[in-house]
Amino acid sequence: MKVLVTVKRVIDYHVRVRVLADESDVDLNNVKMAANPFCEIALEEAVRMKEAGWVSEIVAVSIGPQAAQEQLRTALALGADRALLVIADGVVEPLTVARLLAKLVEREQPGLVLLGKQSIDTDNNQVGQMLAALTGWPQGTFASGIERDGDELRVTREVDGGLQTLALTLPAVVTTDLRLNTPRYASLPSIMKAKQKPLETLTADELGVEPRAHTRLVKVVPPPVRKAGIRVKDVAELVAKLKNDAKVI
Amino acid sequence: MATLVIAEHDNDGLKPACFHALTAAALLGGEIDLLVMGHDCRAVAEAARGLGVGKVLLADDASYEHQRAEPCAALVVSLAGEYSHLLAAATTQGKNLLPRVAALLDVGMVSDVVAIEAADTFRRPIYAGNAIAMVQSLDAIKVLTVRATAFEAMVPGNNRAELEELAPVPGPGGSRFVSEALAASERPELTAARVVISGGRGMGSKEHFSLLEQVADKLSGAVGATRAAVDAGFAANDMQVGQTGKIVAPELYIAVGLSGAIQHLAGMKDSKVIVAINKDGEAPIFEVADYGLVADLFEVLPELNEALDKELNKELNKELNKELNKERDKE
Repeated sequence: MKVLVTVKRVIDYHVRVRVLADESDVDLNNVKMAANPFCEIALEEAVRMKEAGWVSEIVAVSIGPQAAQEQLRTALALGADRALLVIADGVVEPLTVARLLAKLVEREQPGLVLLGKQSIDTDNNQVGQMLAALTGWPQGTFASGIERDGDELRVTREVDGGLQTLALTLPAVVTTDLRLNTPRYASLPSIMKAKQKPLETLTADELGVEPRAHTRLVKVVPPPVRKAGIRVKDVAELVAKLKNDAKVI
Repeated sequence: MATLVIAEHDNDGLKPACFHALTAAALLGGEIDLLVMGHDCRAVAEAARGLGVGKVLLADDASYEHQRAEPCAALVVSLAGEYSHLLAAATTQGKNLLPRVAALLDVGMVSDVVAIEAADTFRRPIYAGNAIAMVQSLDAIKVLTVRATAFEAMVPGNNRAELEELAPVPGPGGSRFVSEALAASERPELTAARVVISGGRGMGSKEHFSLLEQVADKLSGAVGATRAAVDAGFAANDMQVGQTGKIVAPELYIAVGLSGAIQHLAGMKDSKVIVAINKDGEAPIFEVADYGLVADLFEVLPELNEALDKELNKELNKELNKELNKERDKE
C-alpha cells in the first residue's frame, strides 16, 4: 500500500509571534520555521507502518513556498521515499489545499492519506476532513491509535468524553493527534542520503486547480493583554484574596 | 437568512456547548433551526423544542447513532440549501463534521469563532491564541464552528417549536463504529465548569492528582491537565487543556505545577481569575496569573484543602445560624 503524508512548513512552535503594526498579519520575517508538529507525527506513523511491512511506499507532500523543500528533505531523511512540492505562495486556504491534495490522490492512488489534525499557525483543523469529502473516503480524525485489521483500519480517536474506535474501509483519510507516537530524529547518514531522493516540484496550474478566495483577511490584532497580578505569601492570603477581592470562592 | 445549528448531544440530552452555540447563532440575526442527528434521541429533540428556536429537525436513525462524519455530512448537505449559515460548537464533534460539510458544498469554513462582527465577518484566534484574525467569509453559505467559552449559554425561551422529522439520507459507507471508552466523572464537565484546577508535570505522579481532585471537589470544580501531564500518564487525554486540547474560560483557574507553555495558555488565558502555584518563581504562568504563590505544591495543596474546608464550614455555620435564628424568631 502507498501512503501519502502531508507536511506543512509553519513557524516553529517555540516562537512567540508578533502582530505587525499595520495589523495586516503576524510578522513572518526572520522567524524560525519548521515542520508542523502534527505532520511530523503523521510521517512517523507512516514510517512505522512501512517498518511493520504493510506500507510499500511513502510519498511526502507539501503545499507551500519553495522553501518548504527543507521540510520535505527532512521528511525524506526520516523515511519518506519521495516528495512532491506544490508551489504556492502566501496563505493557501484549506479548501484549496484539499482540492490540490485530491488531485494528487487521483494521480498517486494511495491507499491511505495521513495528515496532522491541525497546523499550529492557522489552527483551522479542516484539511483532512475536506480531503475525505472530496475523495468520498471515510475519515478518522484526531487519531491516537491506528491498527490494521485485514482490509480495515482501526482508528482510535481522541473525542471530548474519552476515546472512540472506528473501523474504516481503505482507502481512507486519517488525521493525527499528539499522542499517536513520538517522532524520531533524522541521523546524519540518512540526511545525506535524503539529498539523493526524488523531490518533484509542481504548480497548482499543472494539477488543474484554480485557487479561489473563500475568505478575506480583514486584519490581525494582538489578543487582549492580561494585567499583571500580585504574589501572595501563603495559602491564607490566597484564600482571603479569592474570597474578598476576586469573590470567586 | 436562517441558521442551522447542529446539536451537540449524547442521545439523552443536549451538551452544554450546544447552548453556547445557540447564543452565537442568535447574534447572526435571522431564524435558527436546530438539527438533532442521532439514534433513540427523540427526548433530546422534544426538550429542544422549548429553547426558543424556530424549528427542531430530528433525524433519528441507527446510522446517526455515533454521529459519524460520513452519514451526518450527507444529511446536513441535503438541508444546506435552506440556510445562509451552518453552525456548530467547536467540539471534537463539530470539528470532525463541519469541514466535511463545507467541502461537499464547495465552500470555505471559519473555525473556532470567538466573536461575531457581522453576519459574514468573524474573529478567530490563530497561532495558539497569540493573534486574533478578523475574517470575512465570501461564500454564499457560511460554515462556522464557534468557541463555546466565548459566548454565554442561551437562556431557554418559552415557545414550543415545531418538530420536523427527517428521513435518513443515503451517505457513503466506509466507516463503522467499533467501541468507545468514555471517562466517567462525578465532577462537572471541564469546558463548562465554574472552577478548574489543573496540574502539570510538577504533580509528579498519577496518585498526586488526587490532591487536585480534593480541592476541585471542595469548589465543585473540574480537574484539567497539561499535555506533559497527560503524556506522562498522570491524567486522561480528555482532561488536556490547551491549543490542542480543550479550551476553558472558567471564573477561577488554578494552575498547579505547570510552567505555562504557549500551547497551554491558549486553552485557559481567557479565564476570569487565574491562580498559579509553582515553586519556580520565573515560570511564565506567573505572567498571566492574577494571584501567584511561589511554593511547593505538595505543601500548598493540603493547606489549601484545609483552608477551603474551614471557609466552607464557616459558610455552613453562618447558614445554620441564620436558620436557627429564624426558628428562634418564630418561637
